Formats: sequence, C-alpha cells, structure tokens
Amino acid sequence: MVDMRVRIGEIELKNPVMPGSGTMGEGLARVMDLNRIGAIVTKTITPDKREGCVPPRMVEYKDGSLMAIGIPCKGPDHYIEEILPHYRAYATPVVCSVSAPTVEAFGQLAAKLSVPGVSVIEANISCPNLEQDGKAFGMDAEASARVVRRIKESTDRPVWAKLTPNVTDIAAIAQAVEAAGADAITCANGMLGMAVDVENFQPALGNITGGMTGPCMRPIILRMAWQVARAVKIPIIGSGGMATARDALEYLMVGCSAVQIGTINFVRPTAMLEVIDGVEAFCRRKGLRAARELTGAMVPRREFKEQQVA
Amino acid sequence: MGSGAHVNDSPFPVAETLCPVVANDWVNDSYKHLILDAAHGAIHAEPGQFFHLLCPSIGENVPFYRRPMSIYRIDRAQGRLEFLYKIVGRGTTTLAALAPGEKLNIFGPLGRRFDFETRCRHIVQVARGVGLATLAPVAEAAGQLGIRTTAILSARSPKHLMSIEYLRSTGAGVISVTDSEGTSGVEAVEDIVRGLIEKEGGDFLLTCGSNRLLQLLQRLGREYGIAGEVALEQHMGCGIGMCFACVREFRAPGGGITYRRVCWEGPVFDIQEAVSW
Repeated sequence: MVDMRVRIGEIELKNPVMPGSGTMGEGLARVMDLNRIGAIVTKTITPDKREGCVPPRMVEYKDGSLMAIGIPCKGPDHYIEEILPHYRAYATPVVCSVSAPTVEAFGQLAAKLSVPGVSVIEANISCPNLEQDGKAFGMDAEASARVVRRIKESTDRPVWAKLTPNVTDIAAIAQAVEAAGADAITCANGMLGMAVDVENFQPALGNITGGMTGPCMRPIILRMAWQVARAVKIPIIGSGGMATARDALEYLMVGCSAVQIGTINFVRPTAMLEVIDGVEAFCRRKGLRAARELTGAMVPRREFKEQQVA
Repeated sequence: MGSGAHVNDSPFPVAETLCPVVANDWVNDSYKHLILDAAHGAIHAEPGQFFHLLCPSIGENVPFYRRPMSIYRIDRAQGRLEFLYKIVGRGTTTLAALAPGEKLNIFGPLGRRFDFETRCRHIVQVARGVGLATLAPVAEAAGQLGIRTTAILSARSPKHLMSIEYLRSTGAGVISVTDSEGTSGVEAVEDIVRGLIEKEGGDFLLTCGSNRLLQLLQRLGREYGIAGEVALEQHMGCGIGMCFACVREFRAPGGGITYRRVCWEGPVFDIQEAVSW
C-alpha cells in the first residue's frame, strides 16, 4: 500500500494530482468521481464579468494547442452561488484561481472568495497589469511580489502563486513570491504564441496571440520547474504538458510536490485518474512507501572525470 | 425531458468507450456512413446530442483534439450508433480510413438534445448538407411518438441528396430541393415552408447546416409565432464545457450579444437566440 498523500504547506492532499485551472469544470463530475483527485482547481475568477476573447479561440497542433480564451467569467458572486455548490458534495479541497487588473483588486477579490468551501487561493499572475501598460504581473518580480503580499494580507487561506513561463529568469520571480509569503508555487502557465491563417491573410486567433499548452510544452516547463525547485524552499506544483504518469513522475523527481494535469483533460477526460494509478504503480514497482518520496528524487549522473578515461 | 427520452440514472452518464466499427462506407463522393457497435453509448444517446471522437493519427494527419460528431441514428435494439460525415479536414480524413473491426474511442453522449416532444404536432425540418445527419434522429423519434415530420432536404445536386429512403421509413414526408435543378433558392424554400405552416399545420421549425436557411426560419418563426430549434457547429476542444473554445454569438435574453459554448449550452439552441453567421 503506497501512501499517496502529499503536503502543500498547511494543506494535505490525498494524492498529488489535480487539474490545471481552466481545464476542468462541473461537466467532469458526469465522467468521473471528483473524490479521487487530490484537489479541485476552478477556472480563474475575475472581479468583473467578462465574455472572453473573440473567436476563433483555438489552433490545434500535433501535440498541443494554442488557445486564447480570455478568462470568460461571471464574477465572484456567481462563483460563490452557482459554481462552488457543485463541489460541496466532494471531500476534495477546492483551489480557487483568481486574477485581477490591479494589486488592490487582487486583494479584494481574494478576500471576497475566502468563503467556506475554498481551501486555497491560487493567484493567476499571468494576466495583464493595467497599472503597468498591460504587461503581465508575473513578468515582473516586484509586481508579482506585491500581488502575493496583498493577497496574503486579505485572506487566511494558503496562497499559491501561478507563474508565467514568459520570463527570462523564472527562478528570480519564484524567489520574489516566496519572499512575499507565497505558500506554494504553481509552475507554470501557457507560453505566448501566435499563428496565421494564411488562406485568409488573418491572425488564426481572434486575440492574435494565445497560450501554447499541451504535451509539446513539457520539456520547457519541466526545465523551469527544476530551476524553481533549486531556487526556493516552498512546495512547487508542476503544470506543463503532462499526459501520463511517466510525465508526472518527471515533474515530481525534479522537485515538485504535486502536479496539475491540464490540456490533456480536454482529450482524455479521465487522464488524472490514469496518472494517479500510474504514480502509485510506479512507487510499488520501485519499493517506495510514499509518493512524497518522489519529490526531488532525481539524482545527478556520474560526473566526467579525466582519470577514469585514462 | 420529453416522453420519448431515455431516463439515465447512472452517476457517470458520460463515458469514454472503445467501439468496434461495423461499417464505414461511402454514401457519395464526399460523405461516409459510420456504424459503431456501441451498446453503452447507444442506450444513453438522444437526438441532437453528439459524441466526441478520438480520430486516429495517420501519417501527417495527427488530430490532437477529438472531433465532435452529431448522431445520425441511435439503434438501441442493436446497440449501434451511426454517424454521417463529410470528409473535410484532418480528423474526418483519418476517420474515413477506419475499417470494419477496428476500434474507435468515443466520448459521450454530450450536449443538449432537441426538445420537441411536448411542443408540437408537425415538425418542419430544413437541412442543408450534413445538417441532415443531425436532424434525422428527430424524424425517427417523432415518428415513434406519432408526431408528423416533413423534411426539406437541400443539396448541390440530386446525387448529393442522402437518406431520403431512411427518412421516409420513419414516416417523415420528404421534399428535396437542389442547386442544380434551381429549386433550392431561399424564395422557393420559403414558399414550401409557408405552405406547410399555413395548410399542413406545421408548428415547429428545425434547421441545421445553412446560414441562409436559419435566417429564413427565424423570420418565418417570428412572423407565425412558431417555436423552433437550431443545431450549430463549432470547432471544439473538450466537448464538455470546460475549455470555452467552442463559443458562438447568441442574443442574450436581456438584449445584447453573449457568447455560449456550443458543446455545453448547445449544440441545440432556441432558433431565435442563434445569431446567423
């Protein structure tokens, strides 16, 4: 019997597998038992009502997709009254993803959403910062830290900072949010990309640019998770292109305490269950008593030494 | 839910199932008819719903996402699902290569069904091209409930008309119009629909597959005060309301325009709320 429980700061999860924000919804409860996953992560809530991006919203590639959805949202009251009740039936903790255009609005939104049934606030800092010409908060260490500090002041819930991969030095951003009091880091969001509909001489996405996600992104985001793991002491939740248990094991071994399964949920709706079962089977096969032993379990290869060649 | 609906009390009514292919034959030069052995899916499916098909990868054709396909026929007695599809892109190209005995991963049933059972006595359905596949199961279900159906089928030429025999076998009246015969113009179709409403008691309008036919039925529906529904298409990601990729514009009840997910709020919508494209 493998102990699948993992601890993310003060929160204990029954296993390390959860959905990425925006990749699950109430519909998934018609397909599988949501009590089986480690956490329920809800789609990002914004203070205002938003319709989202003009279609087309998606471009498909062989091993991933470019999406520009634009966080359609009916606001925090609708979330509390209409969305959260769907998840009351489950013992699984709910992680509420939030986003806002200003530091102050992040704080007010986190306070408003710290209601019974919400266990964690995940700050989606990949959205444009209206106080900095629309540059994403997550692209700037100081702006990221200010958001986390403000949310920490306004809620007693653990705060996870979801980083954007669209930066030069993700470790520096990770250290900034750790210093600001983040309880954990989610690494990472989609990478900015674009595509052209050449037949019609138009951008392929209504929003022109979008977030590239899916299996093709895994090596890049995995590298970032490894860099973040070396730079901070708080737990890391890996999020980038995982489709199988083997993929999740990579993230755990480079230092993540848990993983978010994202885009593949759209293709194989029970992918999270396969990952949970696969991680457990791997632990059994390797004689590990607990899944948490996988975190940072990657060992260095033998270094090159000249005398061994001689 | 109407009287013809199958009651589904499973805690997990939507499922991923591997279904053996019974047949996958050409209907004409661009359409194929896929029949799957799908006991579970066939039992739960309702007219207007769709399945999300995991099309195989062949050579350069590697469809990452599933492809939504409306149900053409639900054969509960034999546990079969049938689909009628036009080969247009990567997904339908690899779907067309499936041979009998091979298996296809299907996910569903998904989406909102047609809601006609308690609302009408005589359904007038107008379908263009592959839109016919989506409306055909309504004719069969309506026939079993003693509701009359008249299907107006529109196509490029007589050889592109499909399923006339199948629709007649459900008890539906069939009127075909084609571009090559010059009978498919909006004015000609309008005359037929007006006749069915005024003289034959047509009291419910259904359409799928054509922008101009949608506009026509919206106009006639308003003029005569007749309800109706439209089934819409859109490229989809997840098919179950999670990704928000498949939105289209709709008239909001309080005025203005809003986006709705074709997979979750649809694919069947109130005909007057749909915005033509």
